[in-house]
Amino acid sequence: MTEVLSAPLVVEFPFTRSLGPVQSAFLTGLRERTVLGVRTGDDRVLVPPVEYDPVTSAELRELVEVGATGTVTTWAWNPDPGRNQPLSTPFAWVLVRLDGADTAMLHALDAAGPDAVSTGMRVRIRWAAERVGAITDIACFEPDDGTGPPERAATAHHGEFTDPVTGIVAPARLDYVYSPGRAQTRYLAALADRKMIGERCPSCRKVYIPPRGACPTCGVATEEQVEVGPGGTITTFCIVNIKARGLDIEVPYVYAHIALDGADLALHGRIGGLPYDQVRMGMRVEPVWSDDGGFPDHYRPTGEPDAGYDTYKEMV
Amino acid sequence: MRDVAIVAFAQSRHARSTAEVSEVELLMPVLHEAFDQVELKASDIGFTCSGSSDYLAGRAFSFTMALDGVGAWPPISESHVEMDGAWALYEAWVKILTGEADTALVYSYGKSSPGDVREVLTRQLDPYYVAPLWPDPVALAALQARALIDAGHTSEPELAGVAARSRASARDNPYAQLTSVRDGGEYVVQPLRRQDCPPVGDGAAAIVLAAGDTARRLCARPAWIRGLDHRIEAHSLGVRDLTDSPSTRLAAERAGLFDAPVDTAELHAPFTSQEVVLRRALRLGDEVDVNPSGGPLAANPIMAAGLIRLGEAAARIHRGDSDRAVAHATSGPCLQQNLVAVLEGDVK
Ligand SMILES: [Zn+2]
Repeated sequence: MTEVLSAPLVVEFPFTRSLGPVQSAFLTGLRERTVLGVRTGDDRVLVPPVEYDPVTSAELRELVEVGATGTVTTWAWNPDPGRNQPLSTPFAWVLVRLDGADTAMLHALDAAGPDAVSTGMRVRIRWAAERVGAITDIACFEPDDGTGPPERAATAHHGEFTDPVTGIVAPARLDYVYSPGRAQTRYLAALADRKMIGERCPSCRKVYIPPRGACPTCGVATEEQVEVGPGGTITTFCIVNIKARGLDIEVPYVYAHIALDGADLALHGRIGGLPYDQVRMGMRVEPVWSDDGGFPDHYRPTGEPDAGYDTYKEMV
Repeated sequence: MRDVAIVAFAQSRHARSTAEVSEVELLMPVLHEAFDQVELKASDIGFTCSGSSDYLAGRAFSFTMALDGVGAWPPISESHVEMDGAWALYEAWVKILTGEADTALVYSYGKSSPGDVREVLTRQLDPYYVAPLWPDPVALAALQARALIDAGHTSEPELAGVAARSRASARDNPYAQLTSVRDGGEYVVQPLRRQDCPPVGDGAAAIVLAAGDTARRLCARPAWIRGLDHRIEAHSLGVRDLTDSPSTRLAAERAGLFDAPVDTAELHAPFTSQEVVLRRALRLGDEVDVNPSGGPLAANPIMAAGLIRLGEAAARIHRGDSDRAVAHATSGPCLQQNLVAVLEGDVK
């Protein structure tokens, strides 16, 4: 049995999201240390506020200001904070109903330990030092020792601020350990020896490269390994004119589908070793292996006569 | 309305990690087993629907790769949902009800092992107000559990009982991942202890649906879907009453659950505290056998665990161990969205 290959895989992207008018007022308000809610048709105050009533779907636009103090409605002690969570020391997740609101919001509560937290306890917002118009402008909640402002009812608010935020950028990074599975492990292991190993379907006899473990036509496992190439035929190609970020290849260059001899599915690769405008369908090519890693860096012409169209038309 | 039944169910042996196989290599044997049970092949199937999420393993368009395991040529009628496979089953059921298909293949799979599933699942939350805080599913379930304890609906010892019963039941289930609660006493997020949480793992499941006489031909005792409904609640946790599940109750009403008693319930309650909520919403008494498979506390392959509830309930009807069963699937934090199916076997 082959060793399981693995490699780190990071998926990271900043989502840029626009805000509706209620969300914009709420997040801008947080920047200005003002907490806004929205009043529903049945006179409930939702905090955090939403654009549409979660029960009736009616459009909601009547903004109100609520307190920066509130009451814990439920809590959970987190002894092992994650790297992105609001606090780096153990804290309580809390739902807090702010004074003047009828609903609760989720956030973190900085407390000494689980014994210092209870349902019904009074808490107040600890504002972040730098605020940008985001839910994290509330750094966390902290226990209210009674020195905070008294409980208050919601009061009307115009919701207008100078320079309102109209969007958020939400970064997200997830870390994975990628493992390729049986078929691709066999393929990658052979590449290290500069061999191209495809796999044959036991039902339709087609040879797939790179193999993915299943014949997509028959839905059965491909387990017979078949060495293919190294020679192959260009079945189709395109000319790349825009430089990819981080890729050190001069444009224009040719990217092609290549039917390796003995394979029934074309794989793709870059064509080098001749001017881009001389590449043609049917051209015979062979891999040029990378110096440091076991993979074909690109393919170059072999100088053999071109293959006839009939020999590769099934793979175009 | 056409009669539609679950006629085959197969699942993988769920495991903490299946790093040695790709998703299609994990799924394909399960598909073959489901086909073999009814002696069908892919070309006999009228409609294929799957459920999975690329976020779990971090592989873009992994569901198209998984389709290689079906044998999708000549082109098949196919669909995919970024949801638990139970919702794929719902789509397939509707497809058969409309008369556009007589049979359907439903499958789902999830490989949680390549990533940190607690971080991954934060990405399904409200991106404006909640996701930037990265609250993980255990944290959110713990808020719900605290609310249940405060309301007097349960206690930590009662939750420990749910954990112990589930893992004990799983000892008869060869596909289960976790069959003991040893060393489960420490808090993950208080009040939930390790034993209150589902195991993290990889797995796959497949179900074959068939209509009317086709179902009777394929299966000695089809598990007829007498009702199937799903309902969703507001996404904002602070708007909901976390001690109740009105969406489950409404789905159950619409599925006809309360028209007659059931003997079996397969509940998609990944956390012990959520079983407490579901038992109340579904009005399950002590006479009902709840999660005889061990449920998601014994194996919780995300995206497949809900479909497995339908499969386990159906398999008990196939074997003659149940005559009327309820199966439940959930999605989202704190039982936000719920699907309820009522399954029946013909009188023996
Ligand atoms: Zn084949």
